[in-house]
Amino acid sequence: MNHTALQILLAGSVVLPLIGALAALLPAPPGLKGKNPDQAVLRHGVTVTGVVFAATLALAVGFDRGHPARMQATTDLSWIPALGIRVHLGVDGISLPLVVLTALLTFLCALYSYFNMPTGPSPKAFVALILVLESGTLATFAVLDLMLFFLAFEMVLIPMYFLIARWGGAGRQAAAWKFILYTLLGSVVMLLGLLLIGVKSGTFDMVALATDNGPKAQLSHTVQLVAVLAVGIGLAVKSPMWPLHSWLPDAHTAAPTVGSVLLAGVLLKMGTYGFVRIALPITPDGMHTFAPYLAALAAVGIVYGSLACLALVRTGAKGDLKRLIAYSSVGHMGFVLLGIASMTPTGVNGALFANIAHGLITGLLFFLVGGLKDRLGSTDLDTLSRPSPGHRPSTSGSAAPLPVATGAALYGRAPRFGGLLAFAAVASLGLPGLAGFWGEMLAMFGAFRPAAGLSRPAFLTFMALAGLGTLLTAAYLLLVVRRVCMGGTLKAPTSPQDTGGPAAAPALPDLARYEYAAWSPLAVLTVLAGLWPAALLGLTNPAVQQLLGGGK
Amino acid sequence: MSQVTSLVQSVDWLAIAPPTLTAAVALVVLVADLFLPTARKPLLGWLATAGLAASALLLLPLLDGRRRTFCLAHPSPATTPGGERSALAATMPDACSYVADHFTLIVQFLVLGGALLTALLSIDTLKDHDLPAGEYWFLLLSSAAGAALLPASRDLATLVIALEVASLPAFALVGLRRGDRLSSEAALKFFLSSVAATAVMLLGVSFVYAATGSLHLSRVAHALAALPDPRLATLASAGVALTLVGFAFKTAAAPFHFWVPDTYVGAPLPIAAYLSVVGKAVGFSGLILVTVQGFPAYADVWGPALAVLAALTMTVGNAAALRQDPDRAHSAVRLLAWSSVGQAGYLLVPIAAAGYTHAPAHAIGATVAYALMYAAVNLGAFAVAALVARTSPANRLADYRGLYHRRPLVALALGFFLLCLAGLPPGIIGLFAKVTVFSAAVDAGLGWLAVVMAVNVVIALYYYLQWTAVLFRPAETPAGEPAGAPRAPIPAALTTALALATVLGVALSGAPQLVLRFAAGALL
Repeated sequence: MNHTALQILLAGSVVLPLIGALAALLPAPPGLKGKNPDQAVLRHGVTVTGVVFAATLALAVGFDRGHPARMQATTDLSWIPALGIRVHLGVDGISLPLVVLTALLTFLCALYSYFNMPTGPSPKAFVALILVLESGTLATFAVLDLMLFFLAFEMVLIPMYFLIARWGGAGRQAAAWKFILYTLLGSVVMLLGLLLIGVKSGTFDMVALATDNGPKAQLSHTVQLVAVLAVGIGLAVKSPMWPLHSWLPDAHTAAPTVGSVLLAGVLLKMGTYGFVRIALPITPDGMHTFAPYLAALAAVGIVYGSLACLALVRTGAKGDLKRLIAYSSVGHMGFVLLGIASMTPTGVNGALFANIAHGLITGLLFFLVGGLKDRLGSTDLDTLSRPSPGHRPSTSGSAAPLPVATGAALYGRAPRFGGLLAFAAVASLGLPGLAGFWGEMLAMFGAFRPAAGLSRPAFLTFMALAGLGTLLTAAYLLLVVRRVCMGGTLKAPTSPQDTGGPAAAPALPDLARYEYAAWSPLAVLTVLAGLWPAALLGLTNPAVQQLLGGGK
Repeated sequence: MSQVTSLVQSVDWLAIAPPTLTAAVALVVLVADLFLPTARKPLLGWLATAGLAASALLLLPLLDGRRRTFCLAHPSPATTPGGERSALAATMPDACSYVADHFTLIVQFLVLGGALLTALLSIDTLKDHDLPAGEYWFLLLSSAAGAALLPASRDLATLVIALEVASLPAFALVGLRRGDRLSSEAALKFFLSSVAATAVMLLGVSFVYAATGSLHLSRVAHALAALPDPRLATLASAGVALTLVGFAFKTAAAPFHFWVPDTYVGAPLPIAAYLSVVGKAVGFSGLILVTVQGFPAYADVWGPALAVLAALTMTVGNAAALRQDPDRAHSAVRLLAWSSVGQAGYLLVPIAAAGYTHAPAHAIGATVAYALMYAAVNLGAFAVAALVARTSPANRLADYRGLYHRRPLVALALGFFLLCLAGLPPGIIGLFAKVTVFSAAVDAGLGWLAVVMAVNVVIALYYYLQWTAVLFRPAETPAGEPAGAPRAPIPAALTTALALATVLGVALSGAPQLVLRFAAGALL
C-alpha cells in the first residue's frame, strides 16, 4: 500500500470518530432511522467504530513490517506555528499494536452496548462520548508532537468522566470526580514537564527529540531530571503506579462495563506508552536516575495489588469482583512499569507485550464481570458465592454436604460462561501459552539484567518481589475461580415452589450470541499472542532498540 | 509641556479614530435621546451597536501598526529649558502620547469587540428591566471610548485620564438599576474602592514624575535607568509600586478583588460581563504599559510583586468560586465573578514573567492571547446567563439543571464556554491559551508560579465541570409544570451575541494560531 493511503487511514481513524460523535448528536437521516432512535444511534456507534477498526486493520496490513522502527503513515502539518505545534502523526512498531487494540476494544464495546445498553440516560450521548474517547485514545498513540500528545491525553478525561458519572453504578459521582481530578492534576504537572522540554530544546517534535537526545544530549542533566519527574508523575497517575493508583479501584467499580473495559484496556496504556515514547528516549539521563525508584514503586505495586486482591477475595470481606480486577490491574501495570524501569530492550519489549496482554485479558475479564452482574445482579463476591435464599445446597444432591457459602457454581449453572471466566482468570495469572505470560516474564528478565549503570542488586530484589507477586496473583485468581466458577451443585430442588423451571437452581443464561461476538476475539487473541509472541515482539523490538539507542 | 515653538500640532486623525468615533457616537446618542419618543428608544441601542461596530472597523486601516501622534517635537538643546540637561535631552527617545502599534490595535479590538457583544446583550436587558436607554448607552459608549484610548496612551497623564474615562461611567452603569438596593450598594462599593485606588495611583504617578521629570513612558524608562540623583531612587521605587496598585485594582487582582462579586451581582448582567472583560482588559493593558514600557529598570521590583499577586489572585478567586452554594440566589453570576478573579490571576502570570526575561515584550503576548480567548468565551457564558435570567431571575446554579433538555444548543454552547475557561478539550483554545501562559512562566524560570497555577487549574476545573455536569442532568421539573410548554423564543440580539461568541470560540479552537500568534511576536 502506498504512503498516501496509509496516511489517510491513520488520520482518518483519528478524525472519523470525532465526526461520528458529532453525527451521533444529530437526528438520524431518513433511511437510517432503524426501529427507534436509540437503536439507530447505537447502530451508528457500531458502524463508526467498525469502520475505524477496519481502517486500523488495513493500516496494520499496509504497515511495512520490514522496518517497524521507522515511523510510517506520517502526516506532518503545521498547526499552531506560534507555539511550534505541528500535527505530526505516525505509527511505528510500538504504537501500531496499541492503535489496533484500541480500535478493537472500542468496536467490541460498541457492539456489546448495541445489545446491552447500560442503564442510564439517552444512548445518543453515550455513543458520542465513546466515539470522542476513541478519537482521544487513538490520537494519543498516533501523535508525535508533545503538545498534541497532551491534548489527546486530556481529550479522554471529559468523556470518561461523563461515562462514569452518568452511566455508572453506586458511588459514581464521587468516583468520577476522583478520576478526573487525580488525572488532571497529574497531567497538568506533566504539561509543565513537556513545556520544559519544549522550551529548553526548542521543539515539541517527539521524533526529533528522540533522535537528538541520545548520547549527545541537548537537555542538561538538571533539566532532564525535572522534566522526567514532572512528566513521570502525570504518566504514573494514569498508569497507575502505586501510590498514585487510588482513583483506579473506585473508577472501575463505579464505571459501566464498557467504561471499565476501555479504562483498563486502553486508558491505562496511555500512561505506560508515554513512558516508553517520551521518558525513555527524550530524557534518558533523567530516566536513568529515576529508574530504580520507578522500579521499586512498580514492585511495591505488584505486591500491593495482589495483596489487596487476596484481601478482597476472602470470605466475608465483601469484596467486589470489579474492584478486585481493578486492583489486579495495579499489579499487572506494575510489571509493565518494572519492565520500562529496567531500561533494557528485553524489559521494554516485555512491558509493551504486557500492555497488550493486559488490554486483552483485563478487557475480557471486565466484560465477563459485567455479564455476571447482568445475570446475578451483583458483583459482590460474598453475595455471588452464597446461593440465594431458598436454594441452600441440599444434602440430597450429588455434592457432598458443604458449608453454606460454597461458590457461585458457574460451571454448573452456565458452563460456557464459567469456562470463559476461568480461562480469563488463568490467562491473567500468566499461564505459559497464554498472552499474560510473555510480557511479565520478559519484564522480570529485564529486571534480572538491568541497563548498565543501574544497581543490579536492587533490581534483583525488585525481580524477586515481582516473582512473589506472580505467586500471589495466581493465588487470588485461583480463589476467584474457586468462589465464582465452582461450588456445590444445586440440581435437586427441595422446595416445592421451584417446580416450574427445568432446573431449580437460579437458571443462568449461558453466553448469548452477542456475547460470543464481543468476547471471543479477545479470547482468541489471548491464545494467539501466547502461542506466537514473535508476531508482536517482532514489531516492537526494532523500534525499542532504536528508542533506547538514542535514535541510531 | 514646554514646547513654545509648535503650538499647533498636526494630529493623525485616522490613528485616533476608533476611540474618537466611539466618544462621538456616545454624544450623538445622548442628544438623540432627548428628541426620540419613548417608543423609538430601542433605536438608540442599534445606533450604539452600529457605532461600536464602525469603530472596530476603523481599526482596519491602521493594521500596519506604525502610526503615532501627539508627539513631542524632538527637543533641540536651544529649546529645552534648563540648559544643563540638554546633553541628556539630545539622547532622549521619541515621546508620543498616542501610539497605534500592534499591541494597541489588538487591545482596542478586544475592547470594542467586547463592548459590541455587551451592547447586543444589553438591548433586551434594557427592555426587560426598563433601564433608562439614553443614559445607559451614553455611559457604555463613553466607558468603551476610555477603554479604547487606554492601550494607545503612552504617557502617564493620558493613561490616568483614559482609566478614569473608562471607570467613571462604569460606576454609574453598575448603579443604574434604580430602586434596587443591591445595585446602589454595589455601585458605592465599586466607586469607593476604585477612587481610593486611583488616588493612590495618582500619588505614585506624581512620585515618578518628581523623580524622572517626565510623564512620557519612554522618557520615564530612560530616566529611571539612570536617575540624575541616586537619592531619588527611593522616591522612584515608591512611585512605581503605588502606580501599579491602581492597575491591579482594575484587573481585580487580590487583595483588591473584594468589590468584584457584589458589584457583578448588583450590576445589570451585561454590565457585569462588560466589567469582567473590558474592565479587565483596561487593567492589564495599563499594567503592561507601565511595567514593560515605563518601568523596565525596576523589573526586579514589579516582577516578583506581580508574581506573588498572580499566585494570590488565582488562589483566592478559585477557592472562593469553589465554595459557591449552587442554591443561593445569583450563584451563577457570583461564580462567574469569582472565576473572573481567578482568571485575572492567569492573566497576570505572563506580565510577571516579563519582569524576569530579556524579552518582556515577547512574554506579554501570552497575556494578550489569553485575554482574547477569555473575552470571547466569558462573554459567551454571560450571554447564556442572561438568557437563563430571563426565565429564572434568581439565576441560581441550580436553575441550569436540565438546560440541555430545554435548549440543547444553548446548553452545548455553555458547556463549551465553561470547558474553554477550564482549559480542557473540547475547549482547545482554552487549553492552548493556558499552555502559552504556562510556557511564559516556564520560560522565565518561574517554576513555582507554574506549579501554583497548575493546582489552580485543577481547582477551577472542579467548579466549571460541576456546572457543566448540571446542564446535562435531567431537570427536576415539578409535576404541575406542563412538559411541552412552548419555549419563549430567544430574542434576536441575544441570539446574535451568543452565536458570535460560539463561532469565535469554535473557530479559535480549530485554528488557535489566530490568537496565539500574538504570543509569538513582540507586540510593543
